Amino acid sequence: MKSIQSTGQSAINSIAAFGRAGLFLIQVILHRPKSISGALNLLIKQIYSVGVLSLVIIIVSGLFIGMVLGLQGYTILAKFGSEQAVGQLLALTLLRELGPVVTALLFAGRACSALTAEIGLMKATEQLSSLEMMGVDPYRRIIAPRFIAGLICLPILCIIFSAVGILGGEFVAVSWLQIHGGSFWSLMQQSVYFSTDVMNGVIKAFCFAIATTWIAVFQGYECEPTSEGIGKATTRTVVLGSLSILALDFILTAAMIGDF
Amino acid sequence: MKSKQLELMVGFFVVLGFAALAYLAIQVSGLSGASSKDVYQIQARFDDIGGLTQRAKVSIAGVTVGEVDSIVLDKELYMALVTFNIYADVQNIPTDSSLAILTNGLLGEKYVGVSIGAEEEYLTQGGELYDTQSALVLENLISQFLFESTQGD
Amino acid sequence: MSKNFVDIQNMSFYRGDRAIYKDISLQIPKGKITAVMGPSGTGKTTLLRLIGGQLMPDEGKIFLDQQNVPDLSRTELYEARKKIGMLFQSGALFTDISVFDNVAFPLREHTDFSESIIRDIVIMKLQSVGLRGAAKLMPTELSGGMARRAALARAIALDPQLVMFDEPFAGQDPISMGVVMELILRLNQSVGMTSVLVSHDVEESLSIADYAYILSGGGVVAQGTPDEIRHSSDERVKQFLGGLPDGPVPFHFEANDYKLDMDMGGQGK
Repeated sequence: MKSIQSTGQSAINSIAAFGRAGLFLIQVILHRPKSISGALNLLIKQIYSVGVLSLVIIIVSGLFIGMVLGLQGYTILAKFGSEQAVGQLLALTLLRELGPVVTALLFAGRACSALTAEIGLMKATEQLSSLEMMGVDPYRRIIAPRFIAGLICLPILCIIFSAVGILGGEFVAVSWLQIHGGSFWSLMQQSVYFSTDVMNGVIKAFCFAIATTWIAVFQGYECEPTSEGIGKATTRTVVLGSLSILALDFILTAAMIGDF
Repeated sequence: MKSKQLELMVGFFVVLGFAALAYLAIQVSGLSGASSKDVYQIQARFDDIGGLTQRAKVSIAGVTVGEVDSIVLDKELYMALVTFNIYADVQNIPTDSSLAILTNGLLGEKYVGVSIGAEEEYLTQGGELYDTQSALVLENLISQFLFESTQGD
Repeated sequence: MSKNFVDIQNMSFYRGDRAIYKDISLQIPKGKITAVMGPSGTGKTTLLRLIGGQLMPDEGKIFLDQQNVPDLSRTELYEARKKIGMLFQSGALFTDISVFDNVAFPLREHTDFSESIIRDIVIMKLQSVGLRGAAKLMPTELSGGMARRAALARAIALDPQLVMFDEPFAGQDPISMGVVMELILRLNQSVGMTSVLVSHDVEESLSIADYAYILSGGGVVAQGTPDEIRHSSDERVKQFLGGLPDGPVPFHFEANDYKLDMDMGGQGK
């Protein structure tokens, strides 16, 4: 009986938290900056810490994943005598699925956990309180720039990931496995449509960005202002963020393939 | 971190993003494609185009001379009406040449091969080729094979 | 009415079922140093947050310069906060910018002053807390005492009418404590800044305060000038001032009968 009660309790708590998160998001969107140049400065700083600092992990991961895809793809396609289609396989897999999803997962782990920890630490050291007491809106100054930076950076990172992956795959396929460069590219170009494949990937990345960055800043803002609390909040960001990426991916893919 | 350095890095980041996007657009999805070349258009009707798609290559003796521009249904004749963009420097395709939809390898791309005819007159803008061979559809081949094998018993 | 900068009337504040404050009334007179003291856990920091509008009382009114804080809209509240400077227990400097930028922060946010004017003001404020030479340092490079002084410079950057100090003496060595006391006195005497300090350091607080309140159990148990407080006959005041381990605030946390507990442990004997 007690376990049923506690399950019900945690369900109610989750829904309440979701509601608070929704209100939080509305607050973040509504709090427009006072001056454009000031806001831009804050935004640039955040784009640096969220985007530029993630470049290394994204590029390295993209390169390796692209190369592995090229290798594995070749091995399987060779059984059908269709090695030349490896370019097609590589591009479509990266652009439609792996690009957005892997980039978002890496982003959730690296950038979003940092966001949560940063905001949580500001809360714990009373920096957020002192901002409020100084008559400065923490939503405008701290939360909103980080949120917008996330929305901007993840799609860019996703595009870079896909491009680097394809380069890596091309290196493996053409230079190493001796696939004909001409057919590698022409097959790929024939089967990849910019408006659907590339843009869908970017749209997915944008949706993932909204979900993960929202979770990250909310967890940071709501966390218990102790070192333990920050740790828990960071973990929650990564776990919830990753799960929502995967769930959203399924929903978006189903919607994009359509006809259901 | 000085703010100038910061702005530089962020600018670099955004430029890198755009460069990657341009790379994806041009190299990977062939967006700008071969539209830089001058082309003239010809048409042909097929019974079954199989898996032929837009931008599929048209080749003579294995050399690419153009691509598929559009595929629509001819509602009166119930055939596929395909429009081709042929490069302007290939002026000498005889009017009785035939077109066949071929496959590059087992899972490869579909392309259109031109078998040169014997006429003296050449195709020009808006011309049409009437001798066409449909794509080999696997199911038809299999049913044909089964039909023939049962016939033999 | 006008001689009190802050006037709290019949305020109650609950956390869950617990009453942090029950029907409490207290006034902070203008231009004076008021000390709010009491044992740990009585919610003294909560009081400062209620005055600043970070928390809403469940009942009663809190008048800040004649405006009832709970009634203010978000914009009005942010405007009102410009009249207050708050010094947090940990200083709460922004760790990503230098000391100079920290002190300049409220100026850049709330005024249109040019950079050269801002620079002059920041240097003046840092000079008054004795940290002019530390302007270029980052908060992580400061000792605890210096961080607090820098935070004080930031709190007074806009020349507020009220400054609130949250445990300014907590965990300080005697020299730093002397510095803080000196600064509080100086600010009050030079510009007539109303000061509220929340603390449980009895001697330090009483030595500089003009008026003091002792809170316990959600209400005021004593108020008056430091002399009046020192000569109070209330048992709770005497325990607090005297630092007596046992009295109205008991030494033992509520527990069973001692003998019973021991017997249950020693059944083998």
